[in-house]
Amino acid sequence: MSNQNTIQTGNEGSFLDAGRNYINRVKGGETGSLPALLGLVILATIFAVANPIFLKPINFANLLTQTATVTTLAMGLTFVLLLGEIDLSAGVTAGLSAAFLAITMSEYGVAWPIAAVIAILLGMMIGFLIGILVAKVGIPSFVVTLAAFLAFQGLQLVVVGKGGLIGIDAPPILAIMNTPMPIIFGWILLVVIVIIYLGTSIYTRIQRAASGQQNKPIGILVFRTIALVVIGIGFVSFLNLERGANPAVTSLRGVPYVVPIVLILLAAGTFVLNRTKFGRHVYAVGGNAEAARRAGIQVSRVRITVFMISSTFAGIAGILMASRQASVDAAAGRSIVLSAIAAAVVGGVSLFGGKGRLSDAVIGGFVIAVIDNGLGLIGLASGLNLAITGGVLLLAATADAITSRKSRTS
Amino acid sequence: MTNQTPVIELKNVKKSFGPVEVLRDVNFSVRAGEVTALVGDNGAGKSTLIKGLAGIQPYDQGTILFEGKPVELTNPRQSSEMGIDVVYQDLALCDNLDIVHNMFLGREEANAGILDEGHMESKAANTLTSLSVKTVKSVRQKVARLSGGQRQTVAIARAVLWNNKVVILDEPTAALGVAQTEQVLQLVRRLADAGKAVIIISHNLQDVFAVADRIYVLYLGKMTAAVKKSETNQADIVGYITGAKTQEMDA
Repeated sequence: MSNQNTIQTGNEGSFLDAGRNYINRVKGGETGSLPALLGLVILATIFAVANPIFLKPINFANLLTQTATVTTLAMGLTFVLLLGEIDLSAGVTAGLSAAFLAITMSEYGVAWPIAAVIAILLGMMIGFLIGILVAKVGIPSFVVTLAAFLAFQGLQLVVVGKGGLIGIDAPPILAIMNTPMPIIFGWILLVVIVIIYLGTSIYTRIQRAASGQQNKPIGILVFRTIALVVIGIGFVSFLNLERGANPAVTSLRGVPYVVPIVLILLAAGTFVLNRTKFGRHVYAVGGNAEAARRAGIQVSRVRITVFMISSTFAGIAGILMASRQASVDAAAGRSIVLSAIAAAVVGGVSLFGGKGRLSDAVIGGFVIAVIDNGLGLIGLASGLNLAITGGVLLLAATADAITSRKSRTS
Repeated sequence: MTNQTPVIELKNVKKSFGPVEVLRDVNFSVRAGEVTALVGDNGAGKSTLIKGLAGIQPYDQGTILFEGKPVELTNPRQSSEMGIDVVYQDLALCDNLDIVHNMFLGREEANAGILDEGHMESKAANTLTSLSVKTVKSVRQKVARLSGGQRQTVAIARAVLWNNKVVILDEPTAALGVAQTEQVLQLVRRLADAGKAVIIISHNLQDVFAVADRIYVLYLGKMTAAVKKSETNQADIVGYITGAKTQEMDA
């Protein structure tokens, strides 16, 4: 691991140097999701003081299921936002997928796994259409997805029927959002996450060492692993506490099924963005589409693919939505897309493209859910709730605009 | 100077846009190990000549010899396969990516679908080291953080990394300060010393005389001069550029 040349890699120095570098990067404007994390801590503290129920296990589990749909949608949207595009139709795509899920099961007797796959494929197809219209025809994504947003609401009305409501009764679908996993599964999940984290980190170190490149100080890996284990144990044991209103009748403890689903999506998406050529090309097109084109990247293919990913995530979000409500109505998904965009932006994904991670969307999703949940517990009018969420989004977008302008002019 | 076959030789190249003749029977040749400067006033046809070499805008007529063999250049891919690379004035770099990412953009190396960052990083660092680049501290810096000269350095190093035979630099010093211009010119010189054929387009005659071996002058679509730097001076070149002087084309 010798460093034979004078050009550094940013991996030199001790554990402390790495910490100092991180602080310098944050000072330089590369804050990532740090503001959102700080906001989350502050909000949680305020709400916990205002109403002790906020910290109860039942509320925490609620928070997780509340945020899951928005977070899934926001993760998909992150791909689109990374290109500097927008997908306003993600919410109604989720709604339409949910409707297809419900109808194929209730009216055509399709088994739930097939119905779920149909719902997800429907999302993927919608994304393909949007992608073609944006990338090949050249219509701005704002217009294409706004048109889809309106058209799919109409389609949803036709499919579900006016004022209609289709019930979901497949137990596995209902279980995703409403039933916790057995206690032991939570621990197995944690062990799997730690193994995957260590495995990928060690693989990276071996790969770098094989090329004779400097690795980050091993202390960082140890520190992060310990942090992951400690936080993970906290989460799992908290969710394994009894939260049923009447434990003698029905016991309610364990990590909800939706948690591993969201984590798998997060891990897979992050892997694609950080470790594959496609992911690199997404960032490149978002940063400078002309440069990407000159470097031989097929820009329109990247565009179409991100819209497909966004809508596929929307299809999955639709299943989560249907599971949580145990039914699908004609207005399903109509209002959710703005929360999802807010989640991504609040978490630190840039609206100007080229900057952001899926984990930002998850953290942002938590912020939005905590505002919603906490204000509800305090008992504020829901109008104020929306106003505050809007204000937070505006604040995040302002910070985004200022840092983007700074990095462009410097 | 070397006397081998030119890497690229253009013979009687013509290009028109409608009734406007932009290139009129232009002859042009570049040799490995030399810096060839292409100068001329705005509208003289420099960009059109370069776009033809890059395969972006094919010539209407004329012969292109690459290492002595006639070739066609009708799209950018053909040019890049032959090892012709253009470093554009507006630098095709992605600000949000770091130096390694930019140098390997579009040609990332992967192992079983997983990007091989270590390998790319070491190649990028070695390329920069081989060009004696000392201004870049870390190959993992974001390009947004770099100065104009450093960005130009990265763009040029990218052309070197891919082992191109011909590197075309469009106004590489246009937006740079004095010290950075000096660094970039040194880099241009090292490129040629490493055996590349370098074409530099510039409005700055001081830069041209600092770095070029051979100077070609375009005037209203005609190549009015092709001279060795050692056999000319700035006043003559200004004369050729403004059309006050012409030279028989046999240099």
